Amino acid sequence: MVGITSFGAYVPYNRLERKHIKAAFGKPVPPGEKAVANYDEDSITMGVAAGLECCKFVKPKSLDALYFATTTSPYKEKQCATVIAAALDTGPNLRTADFTDTLRAGSTAMLAAIDAAKNGLNVLVSASDMRLGAADGQAEASLGDGAAAFVLGNKNVVAEMLAYDSVSIDFHDQWRSDGDIFIRSWEERFCISQGYNRFMTEAAITVMEKTGLKPKDFFRIINYGVTPRYQMEQASRLGFEPDQIQDGLYLTVGNAGVANAPMMLVAALEEAKPGNKILFLTYGEGSDAIVFQVTDEILKLKPRPGIKNCLRLKKNSMNYEKYLRWRGLITTEPARRPRQERSSLPDYFRNFAKNYALYGCKCTDCNTAQFPPTRVCVQCQSIDRMESYRFYGRKGKVVTFTVDYLTDSPDPPGVVVVVDFEGGGRMFCNLADCDLDKIQVGIEVEMSFRKLFTVDGVQTYFWKAIPKMV
Amino acid sequence: MAIGIKDRVSTIGMGCSKFGERFDCSLEDLMVEAVNEALTDAGIEFNDIDAFWFGTFNSGLAGISFSNRLKSQYKPVTRVENMCCTGMEAFRNACYAVAAGVCDVAMAIGVEKLKDSGHSGLALPPVDSDRTSPELSAPAMFALLGPSYAHKYGLSIQQLREVLARIAYKNHANGALNPKAQFMAEVPMEKILNSPMIAYPLTIMDCSGVSDGCACAIITRAEDAKKYRKDPMYVKALQVAAGPAHSERHQSYDFTTVMETCHAAAVAYKEAGISEPRREISLAEVHDCFTITELVIYEDLQLSERGRGWRDVLDGKFDRDGVLPVNIDGGLKSFGHPIGASGLRMLYELWLQFHGKAGKRQQDDPRVGLAHNMGGTPYSCVSAIAIVGKELG
Repeated sequence: MVGITSFGAYVPYNRLERKHIKAAFGKPVPPGEKAVANYDEDSITMGVAAGLECCKFVKPKSLDALYFATTTSPYKEKQCATVIAAALDTGPNLRTADFTDTLRAGSTAMLAAIDAAKNGLNVLVSASDMRLGAADGQAEASLGDGAAAFVLGNKNVVAEMLAYDSVSIDFHDQWRSDGDIFIRSWEERFCISQGYNRFMTEAAITVMEKTGLKPKDFFRIINYGVTPRYQMEQASRLGFEPDQIQDGLYLTVGNAGVANAPMMLVAALEEAKPGNKILFLTYGEGSDAIVFQVTDEILKLKPRPGIKNCLRLKKNSMNYEKYLRWRGLITTEPARRPRQERSSLPDYFRNFAKNYALYGCKCTDCNTAQFPPTRVCVQCQSIDRMESYRFYGRKGKVVTFTVDYLTDSPDPPGVVVVVDFEGGGRMFCNLADCDLDKIQVGIEVEMSFRKLFTVDGVQTYFWKAIPKMV
Repeated sequence: MAIGIKDRVSTIGMGCSKFGERFDCSLEDLMVEAVNEALTDAGIEFNDIDAFWFGTFNSGLAGISFSNRLKSQYKPVTRVENMCCTGMEAFRNACYAVAAGVCDVAMAIGVEKLKDSGHSGLALPPVDSDRTSPELSAPAMFALLGPSYAHKYGLSIQQLREVLARIAYKNHANGALNPKAQFMAEVPMEKILNSPMIAYPLTIMDCSGVSDGCACAIITRAEDAKKYRKDPMYVKALQVAAGPAHSERHQSYDFTTVMETCHAAAVAYKEAGISEPRREISLAEVHDCFTITELVIYEDLQLSERGRGWRDVLDGKFDRDGVLPVNIDGGLKSFGHPIGASGLRMLYELWLQFHGKAGKRQQDDPRVGLAHNMGGTPYSCVSAIAIVGKELG
């Protein structure tokens, strides 16, 4: 039996209410809000966040491969999957690959993982996207940011893969050529009738024929949704009832591209019971269809907040101008401060374990945990008596903080906290996704993998604290 | 067995430029201004000086940044850098050379030209690193002392801000009487309290200014001092403590103190033979880069009891007419902080006070003065202390 052995999703904390776009340009917009990656988030950091959710049930060191799927890689040349693997602390002995350039990248990566799982491999697939539409356009309002991740394997399968099918046909409905920031698209009726409806229906029918299952046999259909209307129409035409159609997250997240259907799948799995069957349909130059059946193993997954909680916990007070600023779509006057210097890449590489997986050290003589790692113990001055010690996942508490109005940031002011960890160790870091009036000495924080800055095209990633959300 | 520096060296002349936004001045202009004053004061010629310790944080490199401008004739010039302790460190090293008997007359000079950078606030020269540590502005580093101090001693942030405003008020009131200060004006309490936030809980009026300036001292052995003048200033203690980042890394540190200052003070008092600093010190010039720093320094230098500094502030203990005036010249608050120059500028005020030349700030017969700097952050820094006296013994 192969299938999903773990799953998790991530929705950025910040949401833009679509009415703010209407306020800017006056044209009608769809209702609801779109999830907006913070200025220090990107496809990689969201992919890490979803991956870390998965790793609550699967040991990262047990992974044989890690695939990353996105259409919004921060790099044209340089792999992203290796960043995610390092942040998840998989160790170096695994296969990594990026699946890119198509909205189908997520499901294609999952199918590649399923093939690998048949050979006994444990594969983590993280799908993450944050596409941009040009201002005052349909895409800008409808798109949102998010990520979902799955581990596929052949042990402790919580959702067994019963069948799959792929349709692959070259088709131009949406595209970005090299150098395009925003999505371009053809007129909607052509895209929907000749692409979206045709390819997904073909894949769905084939996979149902392969399994002998009828629409009524399914707990849910998860079909990538361009809009709720097209998603519903397609599912209904295939013979599904409204209560079988998984919410496309359009009103709460927006269309998260490669991650859209995978996030819906995570939401469905969180509600599913053993025996439930799920039809999973993605779209992009064709369609991938996979049928899953939930097993008894799902009952063994410890309860956790999950995507439901991600959807509930949010801050939607941002205005449209802030959104533009975070995405770098308006040029703001720089602070009269020295320009941001780039990271020294040799130093970043030397500090690999610290920077990606948040390792410090612990003195074996006096047991004092310390961050960042050091050779001489700050407590007992012993030299080279350190063992590495991971701070990720440990409870942190704010000892003191400041709100820095001088710092040059796309989201001023910057918040700096000193965090003491349960079990010892102290760290200075930025606090992200916080409400200024709720910061106090003593509040509990968690650690989140973020992009600190980009200089000379180098993305510098590191950890920030975020308030523990309840 | 080390015998310490007490009463072994003395200052025979000092100079200090006007501090401020000296857009009219180059580094050379600032140094000539201070050096001229010191030479006239000491009654010696420039070529009588045997060696120089030239302190600058970021306004020049190597001894030639000094010698090229002042045209010192192939004499030893050592460039000194120890962040905000740079000026004090130049002084300490010059004193040590004189005490060692390797030269008869030495000059310590500290200078900084900050206003040519085009940045607001202080800009630190970049050091190559992975840059994953948060890069805090200077006020933010010190602002971290605020919430923890308030939390530990049961003050509301508003109460703390009133204490801090009182420190700012005091230093500006002192600076208003000092013609060499960057800001020569009293600032009303209300304006201080309502100034814009820079790094919570510090407002812009909790911060020292950014300025250009230079100060210098001419140093001889104590036994030779009377050859030059009847009223030299004697060095009683010189200490620098560099921290092991314990505060930054260890949970036992609670952000209400600066360990480096506590350590430097303990050794300096011992070297100077001071057992009751509150009684024995006439005045103190301390590193008020931010008002919260000055608050914590009172306690670290044992001028206040631990946790009582804020009460002493409100009681006016450190005011010009208080029992122990602190930053009577106006402090960094009124002078700004041209990094290399600040330590020597503090000693210059003690020099003026000992000679009865402090104008409207003049205290009645001060005997012992303390100057203090700290460079870095409250949780990882170098802290320097000099104690000087009017008389031997």
